[in-house]
Order: sequence, then C-alpha cells, then structure tokens
Amino acid sequence: MHLAYPAVLAALLFSIGIYGVLARRNAILMLMSVELMLNAVNLNLVAFDVWLRETLHTGQALALFTIAVAAAEIGIGLAIVLLVYRSRGTSDIDRLRDLRERSEAEAEADGIPDDPDGPYGDDAGGTGSAKYTDDSGRQTA
Amino acid sequence: MNLAAAAHPGFLSPTGVEIVFVLVGLATLGSALVTVTTKQLVHAALWLVAALGGVAVEYLLLTAEFIAWVQVLIYVGSVVVLLLFGLMLTKAPIGPSPDADSGNRPLALAVALASAGTLVTLVVDAFRTTWIDLDTSGGASAEGSTRVTGESLFRAWVLPFEALSVLLLAALVGAIVLSRRGSAPEQDRTPEGKR
Repeated sequence: MHLAYPAVLAALLFSIGIYGVLARRNAILMLMSVELMLNAVNLNLVAFDVWLRETLHTGQALALFTIAVAAAEIGIGLAIVLLVYRSRGTSDIDRLRDLRERSEAEAEADGIPDDPDGPYGDDAGGTGSAKYTDDSGRQTA
Repeated sequence: MNLAAAAHPGFLSPTGVEIVFVLVGLATLGSALVTVTTKQLVHAALWLVAALGGVAVEYLLLTAEFIAWVQVLIYVGSVVVLLLFGLMLTKAPIGPSPDADSGNRPLALAVALASAGTLVTLVVDAFRTTWIDLDTSGGASAEGSTRVTGESLFRAWVLPFEALSVLLLAALVGAIVLSRRGSAPEQDRTPEGKR
C-alpha cells in the first residue's frame, strides 16, 4: 500500500479536527473534535509502524497509550464541562469570559467584578467565610 | 527504493487493499465533516461513531488488528457513550440548534484549509515513493496481531504500561471528585441551589 494514503487521510482528519475545535461553540462538540485529531495521530502512528516494521512495535504501543490517555482526557474534560455547566448554567465556550482582560471603565461600570468561584472556591465550607458570600455564590466583599 | 518502486505499480493501478482503503477513508472523512458541521448536537456524536469506526477499519486494513478492536471498544464503546451522557447532562437541545457554531467560523475555516494544504503537500511530497509492505499472510505471527502486540507491550513497554494504569486511576478519581456534588451546606451557596 502506498504510504501516502494513510498519511493524507490522517492530515485531512487532523485539519477537520482543527476546524471543529475552532468553530464549535459547545464544549462537548469541541471535545469530539479533539478526539478526531487524536485519531489522526493514531492513524499516523499505526501506518508508520507498519511501514518501518520495527521489532519493538513502538508505533502500535504508542497508539495504544494514546488511546488510553484520550480516554482519561475525555473523562476529565467532561467532568470539567459538567462542573462549568452546573456553576454557570451554560457550556458555551463563548460565554465563559470571566478571565478576560477588561478595561478600567468597563470594570467601573460593572461595579462588582464578576467572580463566582463555584462550589469549590477557596473558602470551602468555612464558617468564617459565610458573611463574604451571598446565597448566589458571588463574593460581595 | 527503486526495487520497491519497481515491485509496485504505483498510483495508476492500485491494489484492492488500496481501493478499499481510499473508499473507507472517504467515508471516514465525510462522517468527520458532518460531525464538525451538523447543527444537531446528538447527530454529531452519532456521526463521530461512523468516523471512529471508519478509522478502526483503516487499522484493520493496515493489519493492526489489535489496535482496531481496541479502537472499537474504547472509542466507539465508551468515549462516544461518555460524550452522549455529557450532552444529556448539560441539557443539550435535541433538535437543531442554530448557535452550534461560534462567530469565528471563517477564521476556523481558513486555519483548517491552510493546515490541510500544508500537511497534504508536505506528506505527499515526502512519501511519494514510499510503499508499505503489508504482511497479508495472516496468522498469529502477523505484524499487528494480538500476540505480537501483547509480546512487545509486556516485554518492552511494561513500565509505561504500568504508569499508564496509574494515570487512568488518577483520571478516574479526578473525574469523580470534580463531578461529585458538594456537601449539603455548601450546596446552598451555589447558583444551582436557586433552581
């Protein structure tokens, strides 16, 4: 088999993954695109392993490791997306702008800086911290 | 290289494996394109199954059987199910959602086309005269059979394998800790307590 076939297929899959990561708005759809990119890399690893016929089978072992790491990544990623959804009510990437740089005037206009640190903030369950947060989880002081 | 080029006829008279590879590759690329462009979120996950299954068939055609079945088990079996659960738990709309794509679509298209052009040009230029010698004799001694892969994995790559199991355990614990709901008094202070 011509080596260019799997290599070109992998390159195109990777580019489709890049498009998905950049163009999608939902965080889970972005994770799907990341999976496509990882699959392109795996295809390359397997193709080059079959081409080089190495005794240690580095390519196939590394492809297996990549698959396992991808499984771990998708688990952690989905947990993070769920946490973000639970604390913000949305999983749109475009709306998660709390860490953006903002101008002084904008900060003045907003009054309180928008800083909900979620259920796992730095004051986890301390009694002394109760007066700093109202019931919506926002820090007021 | 000349010998290999003489032994193989080249682009114009492809072998059967190559024809199947290209056809499955086209199906895979089509499914991947639908995955990243469809407006229906659940359909994206289901088209991802088709794309990942196509990649598994490509592994089979490259004689890497073990990886192909691992791909089916882990990607098609568990990763897509996890993604579907994620969509479900974040209350993704079932019907078409018009705002599935963000505003920087033209930029994304430009970046993707540039990377595709660069990579394909580079790869075709680099491997124009390279052929894979597929060992199609089959049997337990084939390149990607479970026996060969397992022997190399548990002889040469045991330490990375064990490290990987620790990584998976850490990821499991991390995912549980992240997605666990907080204790009761803490929950009152989160926005979801106002539901």
